[in-house]
Amino acid sequence: MNALGTARSPDAPRPAVPRAPARSMYLLHRLLEPNAAYRRLAAWLERTPRRRRLFTAAERRVKREIFGCRMCAQCALPSAGYACPMTCPKQLRNGPCGGVGADGSCEVYPELRCVWLVAYERAESQGRAGDLLRLQRPVDHRLWGQSSWIRYWQGRDDDLAAEPGERTAIT
Amino acid sequence: MSDANAGRFRAALESGAFTATAEIGPPRGADAEAVRRKVAPLRDWVAAVNITDNQGASVRLANWAGSLAAMSAGVEPIMQLTCRDRNRIALQSDLLGAAALGIPNILIMTGDHPRFGDHAAAKPVFDLDSVQLLWTARTMRDHGRLMSGRTLSPAPNWFLGGVENPSAPPVNFRAGRLGKKVDAGAQFVQTQYVFDVGAFRRWMAQVRDLGLHERCHILAGVGPIASLRALNHLERHVPGVQVPADVARRLRGVPADRTGEEGISLCAEIISELRQVPGVAGVHVMAVGQEHRVPDILRQAGLGPATHPTALGGTAHAG
Repeated sequence: MNALGTARSPDAPRPAVPRAPARSMYLLHRLLEPNAAYRRLAAWLERTPRRRRLFTAAERRVKREIFGCRMCAQCALPSAGYACPMTCPKQLRNGPCGGVGADGSCEVYPELRCVWLVAYERAESQGRAGDLLRLQRPVDHRLWGQSSWIRYWQGRDDDLAAEPGERTAIT
Repeated sequence: MSDANAGRFRAALESGAFTATAEIGPPRGADAEAVRRKVAPLRDWVAAVNITDNQGASVRLANWAGSLAAMSAGVEPIMQLTCRDRNRIALQSDLLGAAALGIPNILIMTGDHPRFGDHAAAKPVFDLDSVQLLWTARTMRDHGRLMSGRTLSPAPNWFLGGVENPSAPPVNFRAGRLGKKVDAGAQFVQTQYVFDVGAFRRWMAQVRDLGLHERCHILAGVGPIASLRALNHLERHVPGVQVPADVARRLRGVPADRTGEEGISLCAEIISELRQVPGVAGVHVMAVGQEHRVPDILRQAGLGPATHPTALGGTAHAG
């Protein structure tokens, strides 16, 4: 439809439709919430490079298959109806841009649905649309490729977002 | 935050007067005079003029330079700043530069994707999104700190704005998304073109339910459709813009040489309707390519120059 630039390169982010129902993802998340056992597991996984590598590879495989995960290592899935915002061509972490078509199409890939529209619908269907109102902090680009599960269990993700109305600094 | 540096635009909004702004695209060329020529006729009519940031992802004279040229013509600029072309280092640096040059208003947005512009092969940056950039700017101003935590001396002092598209899906999230921007730091918002006043009213009802109109000045975006070619372009090539069937029918229903005037009348009528919507603080007139018609539009809408508190904030000028 248009001149095709880098946006069409195979590595460029492309809106992905999650392959698992929202309801089961919210349920699964409850089972994966950090606790002492998961913290110990994460610490054990981090103890040797080999363990960490194998676990990260497994995480990558599963999350790529289900969410089109790109391994930013700062997982925003729980704040976005388990649709990955890093598959947005503009990498928006805080909701859709203003270019969404009347039919819900992505402005960059008109044949695909806006991932944030998918995120909103999935969150809404589970009564979790309010999660999308959290203010997501910028991505730390040093972390690409790391395991977000290990980071999550170790509590390193705690500052990823601010609650609505907090008026804190972004730093 | 001190009000000492409040400009004409901010003062107009805070006075409660229905406020108009306009927008110009800087030239494709090294020509500051072109900016002055475009903004000068608007001086008595609008409180401030947006200076776009490589609008449509096509290269133009820089936003800050265009803003400076507008100031030299006695017109207060609203410098647009997108996340498309700069990482967080360049964005914060440009924000500081704008403050140092005395640019009082910054409008922060994501920006069109490079695929729509004249350099489709460019690397899209999008290091920050618009909410994060607003949050960064507010942190710089109110906390006197960069994202890195390093202190700024002196801290900048801008009036910060964002954008929203009330009619783009998911429509029931659009007011909430504006709320995020207000939380992040937006003090005013300018919307995408409103052609469907009904859809805008529904969005405004949600905005009022959230109380956002009391925390943020809301300017509805409008614009005249100059020709059938412009209509086709808007319908097909401007992301997120929807032209309702009755608007298109009306423009196609007049003789071709009357389309432009019909577009102006339609725009003025929409402004008059928007003025009646509770919580709307003003209008932002995007008359790309026909900036000189902005006074005609505002006059037809009953917004004469006298309705603007030109004395406030005092950009002095001779009539």
